[in-house]
Amino acid sequence: MIVLVKQVPDTSNITDNAMKEDGTVNREALPAIINPEDLCALEEALKIKETIGGEITVISMGPPKAEDALRYCLAMGAHRAILLSDRKFAAADTLATSYTLTKAIEKVGDFDLILCGRQAIDGDTAQVGPQVAEKLSINQFTFVQEIIEITNQEIVVKREIPGGYEIAKAPLPILLTITKESNIPRPPSVKRATAVKALRAQAPEEKKQKGISIELWDHKYIGAQEDRCGLKGSATRVKKVESVVLTTREVREYSCTIESIKDLVQGLVKEHILG
Amino acid sequence: MQKKRNVAVFLENREKGFADVSIELLGKGRKLADTLKGKLVAYVAGHGLQGLKRLGEYGVDRVIYVESEVLSFYRTLPYARAILAMVKKSPPYILLFGATTIGRDLAPRVASSLRAGLTADCTELEIGDYKIGKLNYSDILLQIRPAWGGNIIATIVSPTSFPSMATVREGVMVPPPIQKGREAEVEKVEVKFSPSDLVTDILKRVVSEKKSDLKDARIIIGAGMGAANEQSMKLIFKLARLLKAEVGGSRPLVDAGLLDKDRQIGQTGVTVRPNLYIACGISGQIQHLAGISDAKRILAINIDPEAPIFQVAHYKIVGDLNEVIPLLIEAYHEVLSSERAT
Repeated sequence: MIVLVKQVPDTSNITDNAMKEDGTVNREALPAIINPEDLCALEEALKIKETIGGEITVISMGPPKAEDALRYCLAMGAHRAILLSDRKFAAADTLATSYTLTKAIEKVGDFDLILCGRQAIDGDTAQVGPQVAEKLSINQFTFVQEIIEITNQEIVVKREIPGGYEIAKAPLPILLTITKESNIPRPPSVKRATAVKALRAQAPEEKKQKGISIELWDHKYIGAQEDRCGLKGSATRVKKVESVVLTTREVREYSCTIESIKDLVQGLVKEHILG
Repeated sequence: MQKKRNVAVFLENREKGFADVSIELLGKGRKLADTLKGKLVAYVAGHGLQGLKRLGEYGVDRVIYVESEVLSFYRTLPYARAILAMVKKSPPYILLFGATTIGRDLAPRVASSLRAGLTADCTELEIGDYKIGKLNYSDILLQIRPAWGGNIIATIVSPTSFPSMATVREGVMVPPPIQKGREAEVEKVEVKFSPSDLVTDILKRVVSEKKSDLKDARIIIGAGMGAANEQSMKLIFKLARLLKAEVGGSRPLVDAGLLDKDRQIGQTGVTVRPNLYIACGISGQIQHLAGISDAKRILAINIDPEAPIFQVAHYKIVGDLNEVIPLLIEAYHEVLSSERAT
């Protein structure tokens, strides 16, 4: 099994000191976390490992500090962790990201199942999973709420569809994107966390430890074409970014009395908004 | 630069016709096509398709479709194959999908295969220019979307890859005017499906009837955690019946189980555009405000005079909901009866 994870800024906890003076978000000021639905994906992989077995390789693309995220995954119970870190990978859109991840997955080789979170909280695109599946020419189940059954040959899932859900079955290999309805991820084990703590990412040829390791892969190692990675390999560009400025306007205040509220209602009826 | 600058929209088939978001996209697509002096093309995939010519009434110039038994319900692989065949038949300049669980399953698959840029969950689309260094790209699709939990609005372009692709949020675009009797050209594309396209089995499908219709409501009462008690909710529904309003709410209220999920307003729920939005006990988190920014008027009732909702409100009442709503009901009765008397 391969689980794809991303380290993201915690956008759900944007406080005043994380906003720059111009009203934009100061990415640096936000704590880095593992994308929550990616942890749900890892949790599903761990549950599968516990029921029918299998090895879990976690792959992340990101800057060197994303190592922290991988260490956390190892402490949760993943067997092997790979960090795709290379300046050439920087500023990738979903297309370039999916290309890079696909090259890494091909380098890992054997897999029956790829799991990832439905979407990342910093981009909310939900695109990388299906884009990887297409590049690997494998089937996909997106918006998976529950893995109902899995054997060595096939999988049955419950997934969200417009206005409801469906139960679908397909043979392996397949890529799944997991939603937060699926589970509550387990905390890392203290014993594993201690063992993992000392780990630093290591170049593949230097990889000696078995069982627990973080490997550092670059574009050459996975055989990726430079011009399809990072900004160069991205089809999209950001033209501009504006912070959401909530325009203050004239507010008419009414008091909590029947006279005052009648004034308000009268005004709204006159404008044909009410009545 | 391509010669023909057509705008293609993938129409999602539902049991009762095309999805609302697909029709909304035809409204936007028509405008984009007019700006580009191109055609509006509809892509349809399904089984037993009928009356496709009549899509002309929605502004469609040309319908391209794939008809097959294997497309009678949605599955990723055969649908992706069908779309790619339609793109090959008539390569568009712009290709749009609804940002539904189907559109967001399918569009990235197609974009990955075409190596085209794709922007997710757009809330606005425009035609404009993009300058970078000495390069100037004109008449390209500006794909506008919120990001970072709704804290920023980003404008994305894909200047060098074609088509420019986007999924578009439900309920934000305006459906096209109906042009009675207008007919579209219709063209069928034959697709050969391979056994490996058909490996997914759907064992069961459950689709529930929509319980609310927030998108089209003229008046909406929004409930927040300040209304998270039985008395307040009763009052809110009472006021809603009187005003013929729909009831929606903030995510915490939905998460608390006090309101159905399809009534959630905000970034992860529905975007609404009523004439009047009455915010009851809603503090005004940015994620919620993202869903009501198109409301023409906002009346906010909150016990906390510093609640952020008041910064976007047109009318402000500081007070307890359980006192204010009965007063509103009383005032409404009185005003209407005096209107009738005159």
